[in-house]
Formats: sequence, structure tokens, C-alpha cells
Amino acid sequence: MKVLVAKPGLDGHDRGAKVVVQALRDAGLEVVYSGLKRTPDEIVAEAIQEDVDVVGLSILSGAHLPLARRVVDGLRAKGAGDVRVVVGGIIPPRDVEALLALGVERVFPMGTALPEIVAAFKESRSL
Amino acid sequence: MKELRAHAGMPIKPVYGPEDLAGRDPDRDIGRPGEYPYTRGIHKHMYRDRVWTMRQYIGFGTPEETNARFKYLMAHGQDALNVAFDLPTQLGLDSDDPRADGEVGRVGMAIDTLADMEAAFQGIPLDRVSVSLTINGMAAPITAMYYAVADKQGAAADRVVTTPQNDILKEFIARGTWIYPVEPSLRLVGDLIEYSARRYPRSNPVSVCGYHIREAGCTTAQEMAYGLCIAAAYVDMMVRRGMEVDDFAPRISFNFTAWGKIFEEVAKFRAGRRLYARMLRERFGARSPKSWMFRSLIGGGGSAFVVQEPENNIVRGAYIALAAALSGAQTMALPTYDEAYTIPSAKAQLIALRTMQICAEESGAADTADPLAGSYYVEALTNAMEEQIVAEIASVDRLGGIVEAVKSGAIQAEVARQAYLFEQKLASGEIPKVGANCHVADGAAEADREVELYGFDPAVAETQVAKLARVRRERDDRAARAALRRLTDAARGEGNLMEPIMEAVTTYATLGEINRAMKDVFGEHKEPVKW
Repeated sequence: MKVLVAKPGLDGHDRGAKVVVQALRDAGLEVVYSGLKRTPDEIVAEAIQEDVDVVGLSILSGAHLPLARRVVDGLRAKGAGDVRVVVGGIIPPRDVEALLALGVERVFPMGTALPEIVAAFKESRSL
Repeated sequence: MKELRAHAGMPIKPVYGPEDLAGRDPDRDIGRPGEYPYTRGIHKHMYRDRVWTMRQYIGFGTPEETNARFKYLMAHGQDALNVAFDLPTQLGLDSDDPRADGEVGRVGMAIDTLADMEAAFQGIPLDRVSVSLTINGMAAPITAMYYAVADKQGAAADRVVTTPQNDILKEFIARGTWIYPVEPSLRLVGDLIEYSARRYPRSNPVSVCGYHIREAGCTTAQEMAYGLCIAAAYVDMMVRRGMEVDDFAPRISFNFTAWGKIFEEVAKFRAGRRLYARMLRERFGARSPKSWMFRSLIGGGGSAFVVQEPENNIVRGAYIALAAALSGAQTMALPTYDEAYTIPSAKAQLIALRTMQICAEESGAADTADPLAGSYYVEALTNAMEEQIVAEIASVDRLGGIVEAVKSGAIQAEVARQAYLFEQKLASGEIPKVGANCHVADGAAEADREVELYGFDPAVAETQVAKLARVRRERDDRAARAALRRLTDAARGEGNLMEPIMEAVTTYATLGEINRAMKDVFGEHKEPVKW
């Protein structure tokens, strides 16, 4: 399985994203990291170019709803709707349902333990 | 007996004694408070003369909303401000820029033009209140707006006390609000330092931050080491630009965290102060004692807080405040207990302010200077910390110095590696967090996560965009465009850009326009992703 961990929007906090990248690699997954401040369009293009199975978006600024929506819709519009999208970051509980409703597969709000995230990716692989 | 280590990695013994201080010269290494090398603090009587400044980090929504929160905290005894800007402002994007969609007024207040800065400080006398501006890539234009508001209020230039963060190197390492490539970014840092030293002599035009690098994952010793390397890079740059070190070094300030093990934090600051004093005096030849002083905001560290049972973070805030007081802070700021969830509510901000006030007034921590001096443990740990910091500085030197290490991404990679190690220590329980990895409550997971969330109002962006359109319509457009052209021309040359930026700001040119006027010449930074 191949994963793109991406930082959409303007948020410059990449500690969490980089920790998840390292943990997923240690778990044997192939991981590409986008770097900071990518637009949803750039992330969609990179996901398709790298032919990934999952896109993990890390968003701590509060702009998760519009950003996740644009990535999910962008993938569908480019015929890559089979690429799964998961979201982590400062996601208030009230927004988890809203993210799932717009097509995000899993949400990892603040406080999610690292092994839980790794396990979720591994489970996703067996699907 | 279980082995224990400091966050910086050195072992901690169960007991310390005189043997741990053998061979050290207390007069040379420790001295007295207010005297070189300032191990014990930069003032003779510390808080007996003046308690630390309390400066919570605030800003959200429109400038008008932020202005109201400023006044709320000032009414409760906060004596200085620390302004948070939203991400579009920090990155030089106007509120109507497509890339700003969803981010306007989110993590700080939105500033598009001088009109917004005027609203933010309406009714706040800038010749009496000191204001920190958490702004870096856009420090030059935002500080120019601040100076312009102070001028309009009629504040005397030598009464204006502001601290723009203006520390771009740590943005490249940890916080991410870089815009231009490293060299032109450094030029702007230098321009603001130079201009402020000449025109606004009481402003503190750079605040060197270890804080964000620690928040991004580095160790305590690395936090201090990288901070000292960054300060040295700026001092070196200004000296090469032709300034006398004593003409700007007295106004350099610092911003560090104090979360973690209390005594390790105290040791970090005691060691850092004497290393900085020696560096400025011996390496840079500073003669003014004010140039030797490591003046620091010491505080928070949201990463000390956990999402489980968030009220417990209030208790953590109390011991961070104690650590900061024992560390000799000049200014203090605390994270708020709801920080893992949301931007702070007014109640959470007030609790943080009250925590600092209780520490200052009730705890006795402010009664005497450097109360932990002479403790076998704290003195031994201070020495061990100094060795560790010196070793980390040597590692940076081996990478070609901090500027080269930032350009190559080597420092960023090391910080990310440490963040991963820290996470593993949390997972193993080596670093305990009550409620998260020890003493975990059964079945409390969801029930305890009920925090009153700040209700973000999507109308903020509309209000801000409408105001921006009005300002563009009503300004003298020709004057604004001419000022922007002069800025672009100046950016092609080598002179100080603050004058043309001031000029552009006062024509109500927008932050986005000013940014573009420079970006046309400077280009954009490309992140070295070493992954």
C-alpha cells in the first residue's frame, strides 16, 4: 500500500504529519510526504501521479472542512475516487461526522494514539 | 531502581551532593543576579523590583473582535499584549485571496491594510502598552503598520515598545510561515532590526524563538542550542551590515518554553543565560552589559497539555508558571487548558492569566532572585545542560552553521526525528502523561472531552473582505501603486526596505500587494523535504 501524507492550506505545523510518516514507514508502508502549504489541486495531482491508495491530510488550522472537501471532490473529478482520504489534526468532535459525510474514510482527532493510526492504515490495507 | 533521564538525555541520579560540583568556580560560573554571566538572572533583585510581564497570546476574527478581547484582559490586570494573526496575514495573502478561503480570522486576527491595524488598537495607547506581534515572514510590513498607527495616535517614537517576532530562521525550522527564500528573508529581518534601532529605539525588533522548535519536537538542550545559534546568526548579520553590536544587541529578546521537568527547565535557562552572555561578550565583543543579557519570554508549550481530561491542563499550567518564575522569566505566557481543542475561550484565557497572577502574588516564587541557586542538583544540572547545549551547537557547526542547516533541511530532519522519538517515549510510558498514558480513566474517553468550543463565525471572512474592498475603493489608488512600484525597485537594490514599506503601508496598500511587490523580485522559498 502507498500513502501520501499531505499538508493542505496555510497551516505550518508539520510535527504530527512527520511523526505519522515515520510511524507508517516503520510499519512497512510506502509513504510520500507533500511538504507544507499544498493546495488541494496540487495534492490531488500528486496523489494521482504517485498512484497512492490513501491520502492522509493533516490540518491544524481549523480549515479542515473546506480543504478536505476540495481534495475528496478533486479526486472524484479526476477519476480517482477510489483513493481513500483520511484526516488528522485539531478536529473538534462536532466536525468528525461532517468530514465523514463528505466522503472522508477515517478521522483521527487530537489525542489519537499513534499505534491506533498505524493500525487503521494496516486494516485499510486488507480491505 | 528505575533509570531516569532528563528530556535532554542525561541521567538523573537519585541524590546529589557537594561532590557533583567539584572543580567548578562558583564566582565565575554562577556569580550574582544582575551580574555577568547572569546565570542567576539578569536583574539584581529580579521580581522584588518588578514582577514578570503577563502577556497572553490573543487574536481571532476581525480586528474589532480582537480589540474587545484585548480590553477584556487588560481590565483583568494583563499589562501587555501578544497579538495572534491569522494565517493569510502571516503569509501575506489578502482576505479575498483564493488561498485564504477558510482561513480568514481562524487562528488569529485578519489584517489586510493599515485600516485594520487602526481598528485593532483603537483606544489602546501605544505609548503606554507594550505589544508583541507574532509575525515573521510579514514582520516588516506588519510592524510598519504598527509604527504607522502609533504615529497616528501621536505616540512619541521613543515611547513605542513593540516586539515583532521577526525570527524567520525558526519559521523555516519549525513553524512554517516562510514566504521568500532564506537570503531575502534574512535581509528583511535585518532591515527591520536596523530601522527600528534607529527610529524606534525601545522596540525589540527580533524575538529569537526556541519555543516553536521545541514544540516541533526537539529536546530541551536543542531548544536552547538552536536559539543561541539563531541569535548568533542575526548578530553576525547585523555586524556584517555595519552596525555596532551594542547599537542593536540590547534590544534582542527571546521566546522559550518551560514545560517538562521543572528543574531541567530552570537549568536550561541558567545555562543558556551564561552561554549567551559569554557569546556576546567574548565572540562579538559587546561592551554594554545590556547586550549580554538573555531577556526572555518564558512560558507555555501547548505540547505539555493533553486532550484527555482537559481540566488537568490547568494544573499543568500552574507548574509551568512556577518553572518559568524559577527560571527568571521577564515575560510569561501560558497555554490555555482548552488549547488542544480550539482557540482559547475567554474563560480559559482568564484562568491562564489568573494562574500567573497566583504564582506571582501567592506562591512566594517571586520573593527572591534565583531561589534554587546553590542546590546541588540544580547547579549540577545547569553544568550538565551547558555541556549538552555546547555539544548541540557543535553539531550545528558541523552542518555548516544554522543558516546552511536550514537551507539543506538537516535541522528540520533532526527535529522531526526527535519528535518521533518523543512519541515513542509517550507510547512506552517513559514520558508519563496522567490521564493519557498512566492513570487512565475507564470509559471516560468521550465523556471527558466536553470542552466549550470557541464558535467560529463564518461571517468573519465576509466582513473582512467587504472592508478590504471598501478600503481599496476609497484610497488614493495612484499613490498606492506608485509606492508599490518604488518598493519593487528598492527590493532589486540593496538598501533598507523599511522606508518604502512604510510608505506603501500609509497609502493603504494591502498586505497582499506589498508581499507581491517583494515576491516579484525575491521569488518563493522551496521547502527542502528530506523524506
